Amino acid sequence: MTMRRVISALVHDRPGVLNRVASMFRRRGFNIASLAVGHSERPEFSRMTIVVDNVPESALWQVTSQLWNVVDVVEVMDITDEDYVARETALIKVRATQESRGHIVEILDLFRGAEVVSVSPSTVILEITGPTEQVESLLALLEPFGIIELMRTGLVALTKDEQVPQDGEFRAPALVGARPNRV
Amino acid sequence: MSGRMLAGGEFVCESLQAEGVDLVFGVPGGAILPLYDHILKYPSIHHVLTRHEQGAAHAADGYARATGKVGVCIATSGPGAINLAVGLGTSFMDSTPIVAITGQVTRPAIGKDAFQETDVTGVTIPVTKHNYLVLSAEDIPRVMKEAFHIARSARPGPVLVDLPRDVLQEIAEFTGYPETVDDLPGFRPITHPDPVQVEAAAEMINAAKKPVILAGRGVLVAQAEKELQELAEKAQIPVIPTLLGIGSFPGNHYLYVSLMGMHGSAFANLVVDECDLLVNVGSRFDDRIIGRVADFAPNAKIVHLNIDRSAIHQNVFADAPVIGDAKNSLNALLPQVEKQARTEWLSRVDDLRREHPLVVRDFAGKPSTQYVIKRIHELTNGQAFIVTGVGQHQMWAAQHYVTDRPNSFITSGGLGTMGYEVPAAMGAQMGMPNEQVWSICGDAGFQMTLQELATIRDENAPVKFAIMNNFHHGMVRQWQTLFYDKRYSQINTTGPDFVKLAEAYGMLGIRVEDIKDVDSAIKRAQDHNGPVIIDFLVEIDELVYPMIPAGQSVNEMVEDPWTQQQPLGTVAR
Repeated sequence: MTMRRVISALVHDRPGVLNRVASMFRRRGFNIASLAVGHSERPEFSRMTIVVDNVPESALWQVTSQLWNVVDVVEVMDITDEDYVARETALIKVRATQESRGHIVEILDLFRGAEVVSVSPSTVILEITGPTEQVESLLALLEPFGIIELMRTGLVALTKDEQVPQDGEFRAPALVGARPNRV
Repeated sequence: MSGRMLAGGEFVCESLQAEGVDLVFGVPGGAILPLYDHILKYPSIHHVLTRHEQGAAHAADGYARATGKVGVCIATSGPGAINLAVGLGTSFMDSTPIVAITGQVTRPAIGKDAFQETDVTGVTIPVTKHNYLVLSAEDIPRVMKEAFHIARSARPGPVLVDLPRDVLQEIAEFTGYPETVDDLPGFRPITHPDPVQVEAAAEMINAAKKPVILAGRGVLVAQAEKELQELAEKAQIPVIPTLLGIGSFPGNHYLYVSLMGMHGSAFANLVVDECDLLVNVGSRFDDRIIGRVADFAPNAKIVHLNIDRSAIHQNVFADAPVIGDAKNSLNALLPQVEKQARTEWLSRVDDLRREHPLVVRDFAGKPSTQYVIKRIHELTNGQAFIVTGVGQHQMWAAQHYVTDRPNSFITSGGLGTMGYEVPAAMGAQMGMPNEQVWSICGDAGFQMTLQELATIRDENAPVKFAIMNNFHHGMVRQWQTLFYDKRYSQINTTGPDFVKLAEAYGMLGIRVEDIKDVDSAIKRAQDHNGPVIIDFLVEIDELVYPMIPAGQSVNEMVEDPWTQQQPLGTVAR
């Protein structure tokens, strides 16, 4: 059985760190579905949300452990089974004639966090921010109109964990946690 | 505190000196020239000029494994640095602490495809534990401190420091070498095990009727040989070393089994097949040990002690993982493990030992590789430092060079790097000048790095090279014999006259063609105060048995057909 995992990592904000992380995923054969990286609450660190697809149950422990071994990575959490919020943003350029534009806006009204950000005589650019499922269902509804271009940010996520780490404190992945079945 | 104004190259030398480094291996070149200019002013650092950067990396590795200290190698940018890569890969797989220092093109030239420019930090990501591109001279002491710390801590490994030429030339204020590593939040090794994990492991050991210990290099790294022996004796558990764990448990101990895996002894493999608990101490379950995972130790629960959390569940699921340093983990386990006799299990192990002995097969007139290794073992009382290449002779050396000396068996296990045996033996010998170092080579591997003979002569490192010369890639030939219907493809490696080669390099050369001359050649080499090459012309049709074909299990194990024909008890172990 394989699954999709959401990993949150705090990494040094230095040149080459993205390369080190991506290189580890590639050479260990883990498939990155999306990777979002940006500044964190601390100037010297960036936060990454990495969505990994097709992880065999036997490799669950490997993903976080191998990431943990990258020296520029200071925190790693597999948050898939935690209480967390996750959002992604998509910009969608859709074919829109004078007749179809109204229908598109009607569909858009059904979604929270979705709006038209640009209009031209033959296209509209829409923006949606929400959970992946919501983005996917909007895309499905827009498909018949003709999606010309699509740009998704990938998932960004935070746990709802109330524990506030003290300055200089970092979280380590659980020692005994994701226990895969015997390979 | 105000410091001295020094150049970047001097920062490097000051750092090496502060780390107590007295021996480095390297090759100069354009980008690293400023360092080589300054190193002249630091006579406490002896620089060995190898003839190829691969030799520098392997020599540092051999030195590090023999001494337990961090090995240091130096190369210039581009080709020099990439030539180190196979050595770094070897050290990475086998957990050897190495600091590699490379030159880089000047900062403004980086990314411009400058002469001898390579993205060395990019290239070496998969073969180093960590690496650095240093962009200012004043960062050098901190980076060097971190590099040595990362290289030697937890699961050791190579760390590379890439230094642009203009950084080596930059003048800055040197305020001393840092005493501590202060800012490395991403490197927090778990050295002390979680008591919950220890308790679970102890319970499993106490409940086991037929336990066995697999002892890996982690025992040697943590210097936990005494603790391992205490555990084995207290709970009466037989011990199987891994290839890299040879020397972690005395080879003459009644609980010592022998190597297992693809070319391990049949009886060790049968012991694992029958055991109900396997306690892995400091090894990562290499595929050459486990074969087909589903059939590996099919009746056993697994206790896995390792300092590297990524080794847990990587190849074999651990029922009781214990993450921590081998010494601390064993010390935590010891009081919780019950004293037991386990007489029934031990007598079963002895039965298997008797029924499936490791034998030395002799071919008429010509010595067999096994015989030569056996004689080297006996004539050195198992006390020499052994460095091997990769292939048939490596497996026979592992089977027959039984020892009780930690860190004395040095071989490229994980990466299987042919050519390792020549420079690594030099490194081991220079690290242990008072020990006898034997390099057991194949003729093919020896030819991959024999240019280092010149370095060995320069340094007068008295390594004894025993070339097991069958004029072929022996192990490749074995696979072609067994799995490719004897369709021999590209395996003839007939080299030069190794006796003349020895003479050309100013060494003693001896050729042995007859089994009766083996002993006298070994003794002559031992008595000779300097490097020696013995060219043993060995039998080609000798295959390494037992053998478990790749990806298969003990059920498919092939034992030597010749042994099988001998009546039980006529061949000694």
